[in-house]
Amino acid sequence: MVLVTGVSRFLGARVADTLQADPSIERVIGVDTVAPTMPLGRTEFVRIDIRTPSIAKIVNAAEVDTVVHLNLVTMTSGARVKAKELNVIGTMQLLAACQRSAAMRKVVVRSSAAVYGSSGYDPAVFTETDEPVLPPASGYAKDAVEVEGYVRGLARRRSDLTVSVLRFANFLGPHVDSPLSRYFHMPLAATVLGFDPRLQFVHEDDGVEVLRRMAVEDHPGTFNVAGDGVVLLSQALRRAGRPILRLPAAALQTLGDVGRRFGGLKGFSPELLRWLTYGRVIDTDVLARELSWRPKYSSEEAFADFADSQGLGQGLPLELFDRLTSVVGGKR
Amino acid sequence: MRPEAQVIPLNTDAADRLAQDQAGFDHKVASVLRFLRRRLAGEYEIDEFGFDPELNEGLLLPALRPLYERWFRVEMFGMDNVPGTGSALIVGNHSGTLPIDGVMLQVGLHDHHPAHRNLRLLGADLVYQIPVLAHLARKSGHTLACQADAARLLAKEQLVGVFPEGFKGVGKPFSERYKLQRFGRGGFVATALRAQVPIIPCAIVGAEEIYPKLADLKPLARLLGFPYFPVTPTWPLLGLLGLVPLPSKWMVAFGEPIRTDEYDPAQADDHMTVFNLTDQVRETIQNMLYDLLRQRGPAFFRA
Repeated sequence: MVLVTGVSRFLGARVADTLQADPSIERVIGVDTVAPTMPLGRTEFVRIDIRTPSIAKIVNAAEVDTVVHLNLVTMTSGARVKAKELNVIGTMQLLAACQRSAAMRKVVVRSSAAVYGSSGYDPAVFTETDEPVLPPASGYAKDAVEVEGYVRGLARRRSDLTVSVLRFANFLGPHVDSPLSRYFHMPLAATVLGFDPRLQFVHEDDGVEVLRRMAVEDHPGTFNVAGDGVVLLSQALRRAGRPILRLPAAALQTLGDVGRRFGGLKGFSPELLRWLTYGRVIDTDVLARELSWRPKYSSEEAFADFADSQGLGQGLPLELFDRLTSVVGGKR
Repeated sequence: MRPEAQVIPLNTDAADRLAQDQAGFDHKVASVLRFLRRRLAGEYEIDEFGFDPELNEGLLLPALRPLYERWFRVEMFGMDNVPGTGSALIVGNHSGTLPIDGVMLQVGLHDHHPAHRNLRLLGADLVYQIPVLAHLARKSGHTLACQADAARLLAKEQLVGVFPEGFKGVGKPFSERYKLQRFGRGGFVATALRAQVPIIPCAIVGAEEIYPKLADLKPLARLLGFPYFPVTPTWPLLGLLGLVPLPSKWMVAFGEPIRTDEYDPAQADDHMTVFNLTDQVRETIQNMLYDLLRQRGPAFFRA
C-alpha cells in the first residue's frame, strides 16, 4: 500500500506509474491538490490538500505502509507563500499522519541538493555529511531544509520507520518542464558575467528508478542523487546552441525580477541565480554503494538527451563557424 | 649540354621546403580551427573541480609562458624530487603581493617536469568571489583551500600545491622579503598525514621583487574587502602601468620529499606531531630560500 504525494506533477506521475506496474504492490494511492494530467493506470487518485488533516484520514483508512513524498514545489509561480505552505505545512501534516499510523513502515522524501546552498566559499564537492557553508536563506531551498528537519524529527520519534531522504540534483530529460529547462529554451541565455558554474543534472529516468528502489526496498538514510560528471554552464549553453549574454549579477537579478513579473518567466528565483553563479557539485558515492547502482545517464548525457528531445542544439554560432570555415577552405 | 642539372635539385629542394612549410602552416591552422570548433560546440570535458585540461593547455598556459620564459626567466631546480605519478603535496613560500608565484609554479611543473604534471593549487576563498578570476582558477585546475577539497584531490592521485602562509605571506611588506611567516595551523600537514602522501618543500626566489610592497592603505582595503591595498613604487602612482610586474630573476627549487607514510594516519589529530612536522617543513624551506638567494645574487639585470 503506497501513497504518492504530488502525483499530478511530472515526477509524481512517473513514480506512481512505475509503482502501479509492480505486481507486488497491492494498491497505489496518489494525492495532489489538482487533477492529474497524465493517465495513472491503476493508481487511485484522491484530490486532497495535504495541508489539511484530511491526509491523515487517507493514511489511516487505506492502511498505507509506504509514503513517497514528492510534493516539494520547486517552481515558484509568483505565489511564493502558497508554495511555501504546500512544502512546509503539507509536509508537517503528512509526517504527523505518518507518526500516528501504526501500519506505517517507510517514508521516502524527495529533497533537493539545493539544501547545500551555493556560494563561492563552498568546497568543490558536497557529501551528505557536509554542512552548507552559507545555508539557503529563501525559496524552495529553504523549504527543503525545513522539510528535512521535520523528517529527521519523525525518524527520531519513530525509530521503527525506514526513512530515506533524497537530495536530487536538477532534473533534466525529455519530459522535464522546470525553471531550468525553460531557461535553456530562452532565445538568449543570460549568464552572470565572470562566473561559469559547475552544474550537475539527473535524468528523469534515473530519478524515477532511484525513487522506485527506495520505495520497494529498505535503504534508510540521506542520499545525494546526480548523474556522474560535471557540466559547465557555458558548455551546456554551447551544446544547446544558445547564444550567451553575459551580464553583471545585479543586472541579471533585475532582469529576472522583470521577467518574473511581466514575462511569465516563472521561477527565475534568487536561488536559481545563485546556482547559475556559483554552481554546486554533490558526491553520489554513498548512493552508488547503497544501491550497487550507477545512473544510466551522466550529467552530460542527461543534458544531451534533454537537448535532443526538446529540439535544442546546433545553434547559430556553430553553423556560422562551419559555413565560414568551409567557404575559406573552399577558396584554397 | 648546359649545367642546369645542378640547379634543378636545388630548386626542388626549396620547393619541397616551401610545400612543407605550407603543409605545416595548414596543419597548424586546421588544428586551431578544430580547437575553436570544439570550444564553440562545448565538446570538451571537465572534472568535478571544473578543471578543463584542453583550455588550460590550449589557451591559459600559452598565455602565461612568455611571462615565465622571457619576463622572469624562471629556472627550476630539483625537479626529480617531484614524483612522475601519484599524489604529493607541494608546499611553497608565498610572496609577490599578487599570487603570481603559484601560476609560475604551475607553468614550470607542466612544461619542465618529464611527466608534464598539472599542479592543483589550493587558493584563498577570495579568489572564488572575484568574477572572471573565479572560473579561470577552476578551469586551470585549482580549487578552494579547504580540507575536503585537498583530501579529494590527493585521493585522485593529483599533485596538489599549497602556500600555508596565505595572505600573511603574499601580502607582507618588502622589508620582510624571504622571511617565512607563520605556517597557518599546520592544516596542510594533517591533510598529508591523513592521505599518507609525501610533502615536497618548495622555495621560490624572485617573486618578492615583482611588486615591492612599500605601504598598505588599510582603510581602502577594508572598503574594497581586500586583505590589503598595496603601494608599490609604480602602483597606484602610474595607474594601470603599475600593474606590470618588475622583471626580477626567478629561481625555484624543490627539496627532498618528506615522507608521511612512516606515521600513523591517526596522528593527524595529534597536535604535537603536526606542529613538529610543520616546523620541519618550514625550516627546510627557509634554508632552501637562503641557499637559492645566495645562488641568484641580485634580483635585476641578470639573464
